Amino acid sequence: MPIISTAGLARTFTTRSGPVEAVRGIDLTVRSGEILGLLGPNGAGKTTTLRMLTTLLPPTGGAATVAGHDLLRDPAAVRRRIGYVAQSGGLDPQETVRSELVTQGRLYGMNRARATARAEELADDLGLTELLDRRTPALSGGQRRRLDLAMGLTHRPEILFLDEPTTGLDPGSRTDLWALVRRLRDEHGTTVVLTTHYLDEADSLADRLVVVDNGTVVAEDSPAGLKAAHGAASLQDAFLAVTGRGPAPVDTTPVAV
Amino acid sequence: MLLHDTALLFDRYARQTLRSPFQIFFGALMPLLYLLLFGPLLTGLPLGTEGDSWQILVPGLLLQLGLFGASFAGFSIIMEKNWGVFDRMRVTPVSRLALLLGRVLRDAALFVFQAALLVLIALPMGLRAPLAGILIGFGFVALLSVALASLSYALALKLRTPQEFGPAINTLAMPAMLLSGLMLPMTLAPGWLDALSRLMPFRHLVDAVREAYVGHYTTPTLLYGVLVALGVAALAVTVGTRTFQKAIA
Repeated sequence: MPIISTAGLARTFTTRSGPVEAVRGIDLTVRSGEILGLLGPNGAGKTTTLRMLTTLLPPTGGAATVAGHDLLRDPAAVRRRIGYVAQSGGLDPQETVRSELVTQGRLYGMNRARATARAEELADDLGLTELLDRRTPALSGGQRRRLDLAMGLTHRPEILFLDEPTTGLDPGSRTDLWALVRRLRDEHGTTVVLTTHYLDEADSLADRLVVVDNGTVVAEDSPAGLKAAHGAASLQDAFLAVTGRGPAPVDTTPVAV
Repeated sequence: MLLHDTALLFDRYARQTLRSPFQIFFGALMPLLYLLLFGPLLTGLPLGTEGDSWQILVPGLLLQLGLFGASFAGFSIIMEKNWGVFDRMRVTPVSRLALLLGRVLRDAALFVFQAALLVLIALPMGLRAPLAGILIGFGFVALLSVALASLSYALALKLRTPQEFGPAINTLAMPAMLLSGLMLPMTLAPGWLDALSRLMPFRHLVDAVREAYVGHYTTPTLLYGVLVALGVAALAVTVGTRTFQKAIA
């Protein structure tokens, strides 16, 4: 029984210059406890797909079941079982780390005592204890990311959606975040769906990769399988082969004409 | 669920407002300037109504405060959207109606507080009105704030370009202010303008508050004002809730 399954999930935006098919029809199956990497060029439809799966954006076509609940019929039940960390996070610069964590717990229905205890537990787990009384703008990039993650984990979700979780982080913070994602899966069996542009991240973190291009799934395999299928030495080469965006052809025109 | 979530969000937004004295007092500045620098001009003029000029002007200024304050409330949600806070909350199971009501009730509390400040300052300037009438006036400020803030949040969510928000609100609020006779009563207006202004819902609100300020609590004008205010508020909250319930790109 997959924990996420979608059939023809699609989203068309109406703009002033006509309809834009951001996602044309995604068929996706995610097993429980899997770390799934969603790859694809900019504009491929990764973020739109995540926003649909997290109930933020209503699909214009198709269907999906997330954590045992129909996305369209029972979005509230889906929300109780998933966590989502957006690309740019979601911290209010007027609030402290503690108040953001406590409010998040209370938004998930905890009473004040439980939300406070959970905030301290999360802070302890993610190395934020010293920062609890700081305003969020005073955090470094890595600290912000850890707080974003703590917010997404407040209610111990079955599925965690991460949109480009390590973009802008230094190498040390990235490695820490990878370790955390692995720990979540190993200790709590959390299913993780993440998008990334870093192919080393996809290679070392994901059990399975789904490559999206032009709003559809164009390849789906384990990192090793993907490389083997395209006879590629690196995931980078396999990715370029799959998306048809090979290295720029050598330009024979002289630079100065 | 709804009550719990609304109380939680009201608390969050009220604290944010309390941390910003600028936000608390700045909103009262424009009506205060009218009170101090425009009010004295009216004291000797025949306004064609019962009650003195302060009983005419202060109700108008209270609603002006609600009109301009609440209709710009949507700016805060544009900021929250940019910070990602709005989406972060929408991913949680929090009640969608509470996401609207928590804010709207904070706004109503803020504008009633500013209205009270304005009335306190109007007293030494010459305002005399019965306490019940003044309290009824605050009730109208609260209803108007709830209605306009709901619409303002809905509009702010719908606009694709936030830079359009300010001009759009100004374009709507200015004629609303002029057509409802907030500054001077519509009894001074020629027939066509008076007739036109009756189509503007706020006209009936300000007329009702002026009735209350001269101590008439059982007249059709007051009843009509209450009905219009309740109707507009109910309609606006419905529009607001629908907009919040529909996921927004």
